[in-house]
Amino acid sequence: MSERIAITGLGIISAIGDNVQQNLASLRAKRSGIGQIKYLETIHKGILPIAEVKHTDEELLQIAGIVEDTGYTRTALLGMIAAKEAFDNSGAKKGDGIRTALISATTVGGMGSTEKFYLDYINPEKTGDFVKYIDSHDCGDSAEKIADNLGIKDFITSINTACSSSANALMLGARLIKHGIVDRVVAGGVDGLTKFTINGFNTLMILDKEYCKPFDKNRTGLTLGEGSGFVVLESLDAAQKAGKQIYCELAGYANTCDAYHQTASSPEGTGAFLSMSSALALSGLKIEDIDYVNVHGTATQINDLSEGNAMIKFFGNKVPKFSSTKGYTGHTLGAAGGIEAVFSALSIHNNIIFPNLNFKDKLDEFDLVPVTDLIENAGVKNVLSNSFGFGGNNTSLIFSKA
Amino acid sequence: MKAYIRGIGQISPQQTFAKDDFLDTVVGYNTNMLFCIDPVYKEFINPLQLRRMSRTLRMGVTAAKICLTDSGIEMPDAVITGTGFGCIEDTEKFLLAMLNNNEQQLTPTAFMQSTHNTISGQVAIMLKCKEYNSTYVNRGFSFETALLDSLMLIAEGNAHKILLGGFDENSVNLHVTTERLGHWKKEKINSLQLLESKTSGTISGEGATFFMLTDKEDVNNYALLKGLSTLYKPENEKEVEQHTIDFLKRNNLSAADIDLVVCGLNGDVRTDGVYYHLRDKLFAETAGAYFKHLCGDYYTSSAFALWLSANAIKKQVVPEAVRLGKSPAAALKNILIVNHYRDINYSFMLVSQC
Repeated sequence: MSERIAITGLGIISAIGDNVQQNLASLRAKRSGIGQIKYLETIHKGILPIAEVKHTDEELLQIAGIVEDTGYTRTALLGMIAAKEAFDNSGAKKGDGIRTALISATTVGGMGSTEKFYLDYINPEKTGDFVKYIDSHDCGDSAEKIADNLGIKDFITSINTACSSSANALMLGARLIKHGIVDRVVAGGVDGLTKFTINGFNTLMILDKEYCKPFDKNRTGLTLGEGSGFVVLESLDAAQKAGKQIYCELAGYANTCDAYHQTASSPEGTGAFLSMSSALALSGLKIEDIDYVNVHGTATQINDLSEGNAMIKFFGNKVPKFSSTKGYTGHTLGAAGGIEAVFSALSIHNNIIFPNLNFKDKLDEFDLVPVTDLIENAGVKNVLSNSFGFGGNNTSLIFSKA
Repeated sequence: MKAYIRGIGQISPQQTFAKDDFLDTVVGYNTNMLFCIDPVYKEFINPLQLRRMSRTLRMGVTAAKICLTDSGIEMPDAVITGTGFGCIEDTEKFLLAMLNNNEQQLTPTAFMQSTHNTISGQVAIMLKCKEYNSTYVNRGFSFETALLDSLMLIAEGNAHKILLGGFDENSVNLHVTTERLGHWKKEKINSLQLLESKTSGTISGEGATFFMLTDKEDVNNYALLKGLSTLYKPENEKEVEQHTIDFLKRNNLSAADIDLVVCGLNGDVRTDGVYYHLRDKLFAETAGAYFKHLCGDYYTSSAFALWLSANAIKKQVVPEAVRLGKSPAAALKNILIVNHYRDINYSFMLVSQC
């Protein structure tokens, strides 16, 4: 169980780019992907900003290389695109004989298609082309389509712990390798934007009518986003021996539960504190070794307060540099942990820290000020990434320079 | 990797929530659509909370409570669940309100309770359990991954008692929708005659089953969960056969050591063949059992099979209602569960005497 885990491949599609290179360029240029709604059909168009991947479903089919649409949802397509990039980037080849797992995470699955055709689905009188989407509603559909596309058979699963889902995918992946169940894992998450989600979050009154302002005193909520982020995990030892490109190590992880409220974090951030401390303990690092925290930072009143309090409790008066990248990508829900894992790996690999967009004033409750400009040569060796979700699900990951 | 089963709670289309009743009488349905028999929920959940809870949330939380009581363990070190569809009723409620009212006048409760991790979250809140908490949502691998995660946690030595659940909820709309895909039988049958129909399709079902897994020996343990394996989209029956042999071998067993094979026969002539293939090639001399005529088919029905097997080991009896083929041996030491969901997600579990 002492085996160390390397990240050998990265893949991403988000509102700020279709691949790793484009995402990195946008992060460096402080170019946000948030804007007015263009692709999603909803009455909130022109009112609520969101962070859409800048492609129609038809364009995504093309990018994913699908010739015939037999029922590919936006979620499945985004996942296929990001997972393929990560898989190829790691040097993996379809059918190369390495025991491989695909672990995907999603919160809405194929809801984007379901909500378009649901009234037809439940009316037996109606027939038509829509029938091909029925079996793509559940969360497992996208994982199985991603796996089939990459020829992965040895182990497949999906996770839904709300907004911490894909951080848990990485954690499970590392454990599968340590237990010797597989030798390589493609792990991450994906969520396409849907009316269901935008209306759901709207009823909770936690959507900002402007661009989200993480860790700002005047924040009024989150901005929803969509996309997918995947990494490839392998044994560090094996990857080094094989001379593979190694972005970083997944050195620590922990999953805990706030056990406080179905949709809100506890104000003192109990679960968040526990997940950060347990992840650090597993990594064997000292608290001062953490150079950068990619915070969950959704910009809701309660998350940022709770997470900030948890950081102060955890780090004391030496809170490291931190930023939320949700001002770029929006909150991508089930994809957030995967997307932010890619960003954390890029931070270490390129020795940079990304700015927290739209920040002006710090909260009254504490003195925490996020990084607001890109820092080059930042001396980043260890990154802590937080993902917190509905149901009180908290997961923290620690990435380290290998 | 292994774990003892210390406690169980199950709500299903049979009277399975009462500890003493082990399928002594079974209920047949004529609708091709099975729903759970409700216990008196207010005996388990306070009425104020109960009013706000959807059906699946009631089922899940109650099954978890029955399991906790049965196990004598008050606080688990982790809560892990598996569900294919999650909370269908709340999802449908919010979806229909949104579509019928043009995205207006919506209320948050159904949305809040529609996520797949609602039950694991609610159970954690109820217990104030701040430990590991996860939910797996991959079709016929949902419960299996939850179980694997539990076994790994125990092997890692950080958790000694784990509350593991599998649940899925049926609904008329879900049945009607998936009927279009040919999943369900066109002709109405009596569920208890599931295997006699010889037609395509099966019957839909649901259930909520929770287990308390521990790493400690105890006289109250039901059984030892010795092994688990999954197989995705096998090419043919031969691959399933080989996978079964390899699985048993990894656990130092051969087909002759198995006293009972619990299989997921669902009466669909298109996909039942593989079970008969295994019987003919490996288990011709072994007693069999089936269970989907009692609970219907759903993504996490293997949790029902595990409930059945753990009870059979503990009580040393195979209920008449599930028997298939040869009579079971006098002593039940090893039970093999083989299940598949639509010929895509195959799972194998080995349940043994403690």
